Amino acid sequence: MEVVRISGLEFSYGGMFSVRAGSLAVGGGEVLTLLGPNGSGKTTLLKCINALLKPSSGSIAICGKDIREYSRNELSRAIGYVPQSHTPSFPFTVIDVVLMGRVSYLSIFQQPSKADYRKAEEALSTVGISAMRDRTYTNISGGERQLVLIARAIAQEPKLLLLDEPTAHLDFRNQVTTLKTVRRLSREKGIGVVMSLHDPNHALMYSDRIALMRGGEILHMGDPGDIINEGTIEEVYGIPVEMIEHNGREFVLPKV
Amino acid sequence: MQKKKLLIPALLLLPIPVLVASLFVGIYSIDPTTVLSMLAKRLFDPFGSAPWPEVYETIMFNIRMPRVLLALVGGLALSVSGASLQGVFRNPLVDTYILGVSAGAGLGAALGIAYFPGVPGSVQALSFAMGFAAFFTTYTVAKSKGETPVISLVLAGVIVTALFSALLSIIKFFTESEKLAGVVYWMMGSLAVTGWGPLSQTAPLILVGFAVVFLMRWRINILSMGDEEAKALGVNVGRDRFIVLLASTLMVSAFVSVAGIIGWIGLVVPHTVRMLLGTPDNRVVVPVSASLGAVFLMVADDLARSVASFELPVGVITTLVGAPFFLYLLKLRGGSAWK
Repeated sequence: MEVVRISGLEFSYGGMFSVRAGSLAVGGGEVLTLLGPNGSGKTTLLKCINALLKPSSGSIAICGKDIREYSRNELSRAIGYVPQSHTPSFPFTVIDVVLMGRVSYLSIFQQPSKADYRKAEEALSTVGISAMRDRTYTNISGGERQLVLIARAIAQEPKLLLLDEPTAHLDFRNQVTTLKTVRRLSREKGIGVVMSLHDPNHALMYSDRIALMRGGEILHMGDPGDIINEGTIEEVYGIPVEMIEHNGREFVLPKV
Repeated sequence: MQKKKLLIPALLLLPIPVLVASLFVGIYSIDPTTVLSMLAKRLFDPFGSAPWPEVYETIMFNIRMPRVLLALVGGLALSVSGASLQGVFRNPLVDTYILGVSAGAGLGAALGIAYFPGVPGSVQALSFAMGFAAFFTTYTVAKSKGETPVISLVLAGVIVTALFSALLSIIKFFTESEKLAGVVYWMMGSLAVTGWGPLSQTAPLILVGFAVVFLMRWRINILSMGDEEAKALGVNVGRDRFIVLLASTLMVSAFVSVAGIIGWIGLVVPHTVRMLLGTPDNRVVVPVSASLGAVFLMVADDLARSVASFELPVGVITTLVGAPFFLYLLKLRGGSAWK
């Protein structure tokens, strides 16, 4: 099933810079990575898909329905969003943060019920962080916080998961844990994933498809093996690289 | 956890004994046993004959009772407003008056005192209306392209406060000294109103505002995560924040219009509650703030009525108690006072 389809999308920041995506579709259980340098339009594209930004032309369909026909909370039941992690002003516990993922299922004056708590606990155990339940969100590491935000997105019971640079500011181990978790959830729950990454090797390892972006355009899109090579990476990042192969896997290395 | 489970109901019930004890306090001394038997008689035998003088009834039920109840709803209004504004502004240091309501209410009261003396209710009505006018000015100024970012709201609040304060200064400048004293006294805040009139006019408004904030208390948690995040989670941020601000303004304007500007409660009480309970979760912070705010203002007013042979303005007491207490908490907890 197709969870997101974009056609002829254009978003412009006051005429100075615009982001375009001609045609892009992601199915359930599929991981699409947006790869490209800073300012290439990855975050803008993610925000358009989540209706946080309004494109100037083109259309986006979520689960076959035009995004403009969704109300805000209806959309949040279909799309889980993991922003770049930040420290909030108030020290909520992990369970309280994850519980917030249930707000799109509740009316304005409603409080979360036992069933909502159950969904939040389930999301914690799906991500594998049940032990962190009562810890304070402001006192955990960046990697743990990223997992909490993923659990919160899972509590939304989404068909599509959007992640904005989920590995930024994480150490080596947490980068791998986060990306593995994302791919596992996508496989297990049949969730379509669109995420932006900075590291071509991460994109190679954890994506089903990659969209290479530069200057607001998708230059290449397809299977990781076909998309990532010396030519495309040099074209997008503007530095010389070489590809090496080890145990049947390919890696990108910058030329020293 | 076990300790906290008992703490919350205890704090929620605390206003009841404080209310009764506050009835003992006053210039005219009535001993506590008599006060209690008067309360018991009112409740269980309202038409029986009483062994105490008639004047006791008047003092108890037409002077002290409405005043203590006014302190109760006022403390509730100020602290719940503070808690909810701190949530939607994502800042634990925001005060009740951040949107300019106090400056507006002050200007309204001054207009009433200076230009409509002797018109009953004019001070209260003008103060209430101008409090609201200040809020709407702030909100309108902050709104651009259909959005009202928090930072614009804060800045607009500062500007509107400055503007209304300047207008207040002009009125003060042109007002003769006798009325000027009235304006100054009003600005200090006092619960020295008599009878049930002011209470019956403000309490319903405060309770409506409180009900709205109480029902939205969990949603305020989500608003405190930031606009974009709340939006992505499915919240209509503009609408929901406006409702919280409106409810808060309703409570504060209603109370300020009868009692003047009483400071520090909206800042000190929610802070203390978060520290006592060890959680910022507004599902408990809002109701417990309501309760402790009521207690704080009742006690402050008891002090205002009893520490000197004359009555002190209660706003001075809340500041004298609140500011050092807050300082103590900050010292105790270091910079992480709200953690």
